[in-house]
Amino acid sequence: MVAELEFEKPLVELRRKIQELKEFMKTADVDLSAEIEKLEARLAKLENEIYANLTPWDRVQIARHPQRPTTLDYIERLFTNFLECHGDRCFGDDEAIVGGIAKYDGLPVTVIGHQRGKDTKENLRRNFGMPHPEGYRKALRLMKQAEKFSRPIICFIDTKGAYPGKAAEERGQSEAIARNLFEMAGITVPIVCIVIGEGGSGGALALGVGNHIHMLENSTYSVISPEGAAAILWKDASLAQRAAETMKITAHDLKALGVIDEIIPEVKGGAHRNADEQAKEIDRVLRRSLKQLLALDGEELVRQRYEKFKQMGQVSFLPETIRAR
Amino acid sequence: MWKDLFVKKKKYAPLPSEQARHEVPEGVMTKCPQCKKIMYTKELIKNLRVCLSCGYHHPMPARERIASLLDDGSFREYDADMISVNPLGFPGYIEKLEEDRRKSGLNEAVVTGEGALYGHPLVIAVMDSSFRMGSMGSVVGEKITRAVERAREQQMPFLIFTASGGARMQEGVLSLMQMAKTSAALKRFSNDGGLFISVMTHPTTGGVSASFASLGDYNFAEPGALIGFAGRRVIEQTVREELPDDFQTAEFLLKHGQLDAVIHRHELKETLAVVLDLHQKGGEEGWWRN
Repeated sequence: MVAELEFEKPLVELRRKIQELKEFMKTADVDLSAEIEKLEARLAKLENEIYANLTPWDRVQIARHPQRPTTLDYIERLFTNFLECHGDRCFGDDEAIVGGIAKYDGLPVTVIGHQRGKDTKENLRRNFGMPHPEGYRKALRLMKQAEKFSRPIICFIDTKGAYPGKAAEERGQSEAIARNLFEMAGITVPIVCIVIGEGGSGGALALGVGNHIHMLENSTYSVISPEGAAAILWKDASLAQRAAETMKITAHDLKALGVIDEIIPEVKGGAHRNADEQAKEIDRVLRRSLKQLLALDGEELVRQRYEKFKQMGQVSFLPETIRAR
Repeated sequence: MWKDLFVKKKKYAPLPSEQARHEVPEGVMTKCPQCKKIMYTKELIKNLRVCLSCGYHHPMPARERIASLLDDGSFREYDADMISVNPLGFPGYIEKLEEDRRKSGLNEAVVTGEGALYGHPLVIAVMDSSFRMGSMGSVVGEKITRAVERAREQQMPFLIFTASGGARMQEGVLSLMQMAKTSAALKRFSNDGGLFISVMTHPTTGGVSASFASLGDYNFAEPGALIGFAGRRVIEQTVREELPDDFQTAEFLLKHGQLDAVIHRHELKETLAVVLDLHQKGGEEGWWRN
């Protein structure tokens, strides 16, 4: 059963009513089909209205939906022969990140992504998709391996952030993230990054230095969670809804800010409604991306990636007359 | 009433009047947050802002840092006039920037430029926590990136002093992307054999510690500096475990293998000179030459 979200309540009501009428028609000998048809038309209209006017906060809810497809859901649907490779060869295997080798319609690739769980048990195993340093180091190991064997790299981004814990700090969470940013910048094979859920800060970016960056329509990508931003800026985490708007974290916002390349459309109601269809939408964009990037050689790929990130940000200059000092 | 005669009048500590409180002009004296001793600011500055009594390293303004390290008159500033805009239309951001510009005398949270240290030419970037807590937005990222690019072009070492609360909230995801931008510039620089020395000062946290600050060929820190990815409070709330007193200090990081050395501010210049000297291009004549 797919959990309903707050803004979907009117739809739930209407669907229930339609269901009731249908049941009633079966038992009682009354023809309500005209009535049902009318309601169904209204439902369709309401659906269109609601899903076409999602607020940033609605999208945050969809991005966090417990049943939202995860990295492994997409790997299963987009690739064949996936072989998961474990461990960072230094400390351990962090199951908050999965990675391995696979075929993408015949093409050998390396796939890496944050992995969260859909229930408590799996979330504990996956640490809610919040990696420790060894997770990032595993990812980097696999990327270097992909570079050695000239395989493109596909990264799925889906994390609340890198794990804030004592052990993570001791083992160098900062260094692990920084190292990935640094090394990814120099990788000589194509890197395509796709934000499929939450893109939480440095913990997301550590898999995000790609030649192309795409986002699912209802995913988010931000420097801090709306709750965190509200707590810091207004000392009140309950203002998260407002922060979600102010912080500009939706796919459309990021496209406007020049951070991402493409917005991947989601199935109506969100990716969790139909993972198979959603995978097909991703497939279209991923294929196009790879086709473009595979035409570039290593040096061009590194340069393209450099220029891409170099232009991110907005600055201005003081007029000559009022320069300080 | 009779009773009142026997009841001792309560004594109150005299509170200085509003006027009296301001009798000591602001800044003449400084109280050390560690040992609580009060000392002349002038003397503290002369001692490179190291507490005269307990050795606590007070935050050092960027310009003082540059003056303390570089040869007289050698510093030439880059991009001094670059200022922030408000890309998200964040309420109140422009006003805050203006206020900090006035208070700190800086245009942004980092000063970059080139100069010489004991004759060694280098490109330097110094962050200043008095401007927006040293947070990194587009300008900080861009200035550092440009400085690294110039170091690369001129084949000079790059030296950075970090002091930052992390990414700047008000510029949202653009601040986040500065982490990737600066790291990419350092990668290029490194591939060309460039020497990068990172000196982390109090505090170096969040997006700054998780990007360029940690990417030095040599990662140094000043004693007692707070360095870490996640804030202590956040960690305590998530894991509900007791954190050691020295958690996320320079000494803690050194113990856990995250730093090359912790260096006292009084020994910093000499140490940097040694490192720079060891990396001179070409090298000297000697017995190892045939």
